[in-house]
Amino acid sequence: MTGSSFLRFASAFALALALASCGKEAPPPAKSQAEAPKAPETVTVKIGSASPLTGTQAHIGIDIKNGVQLAIEDANAANTVIGGKKVKFELVSEDDEANPTKAATVAQKLVDAKVVAVVGHFNSGASIPASKVYADGGVPQISPSSTNPDYTLKGYKTTFRVVAHDGQQGPTLAKFAIEKLKAKNIAVIDDSTAYGQGLADNFEATAKAAGAKIIAREHTTDKDTDFKAILTKIKGRKPDLIMFGGIDPQAGPMVKQMAQLGIKAKFIGGDGMQTPNFIKLAGDASEGVMASMPGLPKEQMPGGKAFMEKYKAKFNQDVELFAPMGYDAVMVFIDAMKRAGSTDPAKFLPEIGKTKMNGVIGPIAFDEKGDLVNGPITVYVVKGGKWEPLETVGGGGTAQAKPAEAPKADAAPAAAPAAEAKK
Amino acid sequence: MDIFLQQLANGLVLGSIYALVALGYTMVYGILGLINFAHGDIVMIGALTALTTAHLLSAAGVPAPIVLALAALAATLVCVVLGVFIERIAYRPLRRAPRLAPLITAIGVSILLQYSAALVWGKQYLSMPDIIKPADIDFAGVHLTDLQAFIFVLACAVMAVLLWFIRSSRMGRAMRATEQNAEVAGLMGVDINRVIAFTFALGSAIGALAGLMVVLYYGIGHYFMGFMLGLKAFTAAVLGGIGNIPGAMLGGLLLGVIESLASGYIGDLTGGVLGSNYRDVFAFLVLIVVLVLRPSGIMGQHTGDRA
Repeated sequence: MTGSSFLRFASAFALALALASCGKEAPPPAKSQAEAPKAPETVTVKIGSASPLTGTQAHIGIDIKNGVQLAIEDANAANTVIGGKKVKFELVSEDDEANPTKAATVAQKLVDAKVVAVVGHFNSGASIPASKVYADGGVPQISPSSTNPDYTLKGYKTTFRVVAHDGQQGPTLAKFAIEKLKAKNIAVIDDSTAYGQGLADNFEATAKAAGAKIIAREHTTDKDTDFKAILTKIKGRKPDLIMFGGIDPQAGPMVKQMAQLGIKAKFIGGDGMQTPNFIKLAGDASEGVMASMPGLPKEQMPGGKAFMEKYKAKFNQDVELFAPMGYDAVMVFIDAMKRAGSTDPAKFLPEIGKTKMNGVIGPIAFDEKGDLVNGPITVYVVKGGKWEPLETVGGGGTAQAKPAEAPKADAAPAAAPAAEAKK
Repeated sequence: MDIFLQQLANGLVLGSIYALVALGYTMVYGILGLINFAHGDIVMIGALTALTTAHLLSAAGVPAPIVLALAALAATLVCVVLGVFIERIAYRPLRRAPRLAPLITAIGVSILLQYSAALVWGKQYLSMPDIIKPADIDFAGVHLTDLQAFIFVLACAVMAVLLWFIRSSRMGRAMRATEQNAEVAGLMGVDINRVIAFTFALGSAIGALAGLMVVLYYGIGHYFMGFMLGLKAFTAAVLGGIGNIPGAMLGGLLLGVIESLASGYIGDLTGGVLGSNYRDVFAFLVLIVVLVLRPSGIMGQHTGDRA
């Protein structure tokens, strides 16, 4: 094409585009005029989800994202109305690769994308740096899984979590080890991450205070696969119990190598290894291994069975670990939005702290730091190639009864105003 | 004393794996003067191929020994083809180029292999099906499995066969000639291109075997496992004397033992200041010390006459 004919073509093309877009604009005003008296305008609200979607912990991160997605779809199907406007929720999902630096970058990306709330992150090592970004941006953040106590100790008003933290999980594990397993000589290993080291430290402190002897304290990393040297050293000190603070890509091979070295001690760990993937990686050596996980056993959660079936039907696989918490985090946000009558983070943020609702995982209420009140912790054991719950600590009692009853009493009067608002 | 022997045993097995991989590095460097950074990733591809083959075959109910043999065969085939292909496409055009060019190309090939593997196999840790149940061997307070003993014996056997091959066969003589002076060897009637391609094939085949051993031993495979393994194996080759086959074996075993002992005893030696997660630091510290004090490695370099 010559220069001038190209110019002509380009301007004709541009004109055609402009006309086409004008044409598109004409019909909608007519439509909405006709619909306005019938339904409120639809507002799109973005909810962010940040977790590792690639890498060795991706199976857990994708599981969380799936939980969030399910919640958003349920909310959209329920035709949620907030502040007189129909709300359509949209998921904005980001991959933080379980990396603390990437987590902060991803957090900034979500804040810039103007999400009203974020469910994330998975690792404490990611949630803690990200929390500053969200706090600066005024975006409420609920972590479905981060258990390091520091996450809520920074004084930010935007940080919450729907799981018990390691200040509770560590001591729970230690008490279980000493009282139920009668362990006297304990070896502790951690993976040098904020989560693993924090949990191991909490465990060690309580175990020491309860009179057990910590015969070894070893460190590895969250990328290692060879633990023979550490395990050999520990074997020489004759432990009854080995405690590991870390995630299943390390826990699996570690347990396997324990069996190869002929170490007879019991093995216990935290929520990072309480996954089906751990059993896959450790094979037969996983039998008898114990791990704790914040929350009730999924079958015992009030909404657990129904959630698991819904999850399996949609994603064609079982829940891995924290999907119910991801789901409930979204529901907490929506509940706060409803009570505030607004989808503006500045307006519904104060309402989150006043949450008293029943989620899939059970009753949800937050203390002044943003931690879950009365979060239960369950200890599981691998039996016959599957995780079986052994005992649940905390989460029960009178505090549970009140939130369960209150919504029932309020339900009737609440239903009436809701019905009127819809009209 | 028990524990020391056990750490030693662990170290020898780990070292055997390093030695097998180091053989590939050392042979290529001896002949071409090129550090083939992609070798660790060829080992990784062999490992993952063996893993996938084992999964498919054991799911189809094939008996264990045949699964192992076929997995080894598949891994070897894939690695040999890959190794020769890489040499042909990436390194041969650069044979006359300044030394930096093939080095950077090797790094590029390494990254290419890693992310191709990530595309094919994903970034998750993949587990190896339990096709062998290692039997326990206990002696002198050391607890081993027969798999560990096998790996050590295999490494020694491979090295012995390789040494014999290079000393006694025609191709071995051709390889030695090419190593000493490629141009003159060419004048003597040695087909340089064939010799180099054969070297890569041989190194890759041994690498495939090493990859199979790694997945059997640790039970997991991962797209990034070749990086650290390659780095340590290269360190082992340099430690023993690059270009020197017995040197690669010695370097590998030595590095494995140092790492194992360091991991076990660092905590005690430093009074708890440094933990066992510093064991990689120890391994590379040893490399630095050796290179400063004896740059040609423990058994001396064999890189021929490049004057």
